[in-house]
Amino acid sequence: MTRKQRRLTLIGGGLAVLAVAVGLMLNAFRDSIVFFNSPSDVVEKHVEPGTRIRLGGLVKDGSLVRGNNLNVRFEVTDGKTEIPVTYTGVLPDLFREGQGVVAEGTLDGGGVFNADTILAKHDETYMPKEVADALKKSGHWKDDYAQRAAMPIGGGSK
Amino acid sequence: MIPELGHFALMLALGLALVQGIMPIVGTRSNDPVLMSIAGPAALAQFAFVAMAFTALAVSYVTSDFSVLNVYENSNTQMPLIYRLTSIWGNHEGSMMLWVSILTFFGALVAAFGTNLPVVLKANALAVQAWIAAAFELFILMTSNPFVRIPNAPFEGQDLNPILQDPGLAFHPPMLYLGYVGFSISFSFAIAALIEGRIDAAWARWVRPWVLGAWMCLTLGIAGGSYWAYYELGWGGFWFWDPVENASLMPWLAGTALLHSAVVMEKRGALKIWTILLAILTFSLSLIGTFLVRSGVLTSVHAFAVDPRRGIFILGILVVFIGGALALYAWRAPLLKQGGLFAPISREGALVFNNLFLTTACATVLVGTLYPLALEALTGAKISVGPPFFDLTFGPLFIPLMAVMPFGPLMGWKRGDLLGAAQRLLAAAMLAALATAAAFALEHGGPMMAPFGVGVAVFVMAGAVTDIAERTLVLRLPLRAALRRALGLPRSAWGTTFAHFGIGVTLMGIVGVTAWGSERIAEIKPGASLDIAHYRVTFDGTFDRAGSNYRDVVGRFTVHRLNGELIGNMQPSRRAFPDRNMATTEAALMSRGVNQLYISIGDPNKDGSVPVRLYFKPYVLMIWLGAGIMFVGGALSLSDRRLRVGAPRPAKARARGVPQPAE
Repeated sequence: MTRKQRRLTLIGGGLAVLAVAVGLMLNAFRDSIVFFNSPSDVVEKHVEPGTRIRLGGLVKDGSLVRGNNLNVRFEVTDGKTEIPVTYTGVLPDLFREGQGVVAEGTLDGGGVFNADTILAKHDETYMPKEVADALKKSGHWKDDYAQRAAMPIGGGSK
Repeated sequence: MIPELGHFALMLALGLALVQGIMPIVGTRSNDPVLMSIAGPAALAQFAFVAMAFTALAVSYVTSDFSVLNVYENSNTQMPLIYRLTSIWGNHEGSMMLWVSILTFFGALVAAFGTNLPVVLKANALAVQAWIAAAFELFILMTSNPFVRIPNAPFEGQDLNPILQDPGLAFHPPMLYLGYVGFSISFSFAIAALIEGRIDAAWARWVRPWVLGAWMCLTLGIAGGSYWAYYELGWGGFWFWDPVENASLMPWLAGTALLHSAVVMEKRGALKIWTILLAILTFSLSLIGTFLVRSGVLTSVHAFAVDPRRGIFILGILVVFIGGALALYAWRAPLLKQGGLFAPISREGALVFNNLFLTTACATVLVGTLYPLALEALTGAKISVGPPFFDLTFGPLFIPLMAVMPFGPLMGWKRGDLLGAAQRLLAAAMLAALATAAAFALEHGGPMMAPFGVGVAVFVMAGAVTDIAERTLVLRLPLRAALRRALGLPRSAWGTTFAHFGIGVTLMGIVGVTAWGSERIAEIKPGASLDIAHYRVTFDGTFDRAGSNYRDVVGRFTVHRLNGELIGNMQPSRRAFPDRNMATTEAALMSRGVNQLYISIGDPNKDGSVPVRLYFKPYVLMIWLGAGIMFVGGALSLSDRRLRVGAPRPAKARARGVPQPAE
């Protein structure tokens, strides 16, 4: 092989791998991206039942009901709209009423959100950024959320 | 007084960094040996002052000096000494101090041990190193000063985030930083080569040990972080494709590529321009990682405090260094002479293949990590790119890389014999086929592809062994002669074998636990039991236990085999930290060979039942075991004779065309 042919082989091979990678990424983007929605978004955008989304907001005070076999039900609110959420499993350490939460799952036909993942992240000062933005948008953001989160909160984790 | 000394020492270090960054460059431009020779002593002195500042901060932590805001916010007299020390880097300011300390430490190492480096290269490299140090010292002094005092010192400090009070954290961040920052050396040398406009095979030989050292630390750091997440977060996952994890994986991928392309450059003088680019990209990815983790762009356990000024400052550093380096590269790289012809089927070709796939895989991770940020900035839409994306892109790129890996070391330089290599790998391939068949027969459930994953993993491991068997002729010579050959092999050959074997072990663990792991989630009462895999786990009840600054509610579980044989006890707990009104989940792990049983519990209910997560994690320990083997491989390679004593002296390096020792 001449020097030029060798170089072309290399460049060709590189481009081929890149093309495959781009193809894989485009394919993956089509299938595996999950959009974040606040409860109001869900209503306004008419999110289709069955579409996988992330739902974020505050866990409404007093809405948490623990059923049998680790079934829980609670409502996620952004101050304007509430959406009931069901989940089966152990809630994260930082899950609390009145605090931010992100749930991932799908809406069923009756407007109930079936979550398979609940994220209430590792840090007690953590207000998911999406949730904070959604609350600001709906006008229900209070500056004391950040402070409140940083302070010891009465009531404990239950 | 001590914090002020630390603050002052840091300012002096910044001053020295500026001297170290300017004078040697002026010296190399004007060919003034005196100015050039400033670099070494300046690097040592700068490290001394940064070390002084770091020590001052450490003293404040150890003595619980709560008049220092940073100590007050992150430490507490109730905490054991070890966590008072580790909380130095459990916060933004302190972790940046650690970053700079390690950066200047590496600079000092180059100054102290780079005695046989060409004067100009050393001066330029240390100057570049000083620019990076200066930027980060300025960053600390302007936006993240850890020495700020509070007027009225409180009696007691707040606490370190309980989830960070863990032995894993004592070691994970420093290792990770040693890796991230270690790549700054190859970056500095690359920039120095570009400034000088000249590069040769000896460059690769000087830089390779630094790359190797950084790569080893990063490997351990990532593995440590993964194990920490596995047992501390209570979810039993070892990798979440979280942006923060990706931030450490990307430099690892690029660094692995750099490690291999530097071999080609060292042995054959080829791929010079590409190696320089990789050196720049690897450290750029480390910087991007620092930016992602520290700027508050991402909310996670690692984003300690969100202060927009910091994000903008780090973004500025990023733009200047990455942009500057790439611009310099575009301008100067054409000056560098390419050399070393090779056929596509050859050792070089195999290493190019490795580089191609590693960098492409790295690019997919980068896209998946940054796409949500870019989309939000541009359109405001908030999305998350989760594990499915990475499984669909990273996996298909990584598996071919693994499958081809065993061929690489068996190929000759310049022109390889693919058929010959395939013949020598026949035994390994048969072993892999056997393992695939065994996996089909023995393991039930799981995806169809999983047994093939096992096959690839076994092929990688057996291929690594084949390489060493071929070199020692262990099957053809009498054992004694083979042993003598084995001892005579360069340690770098053993290093390759270990590192390649290690990645096979890790792959095996990942495939095994992903495909055949099982979980049970239930609420159970005392006396009840759950069956998982071959085990029956019985819940005996809970009891309370007090710790130094926490209280545990411990669940007691007894584990039997399904045939009734008693195996032992497991005691997962819920750990409450009253100072923070926060609870963590302390999982209990029981290792059975390379498998693990994993239990974590939730808060007990009033009737005495507890929510339980019970996992059976087959092969899971191989994930981290493999990382350990890779580390050993790196260490063996690092201790190779040619890197210890054989670094060429300048006179020899100048005599080009000397045939490299064949290997």
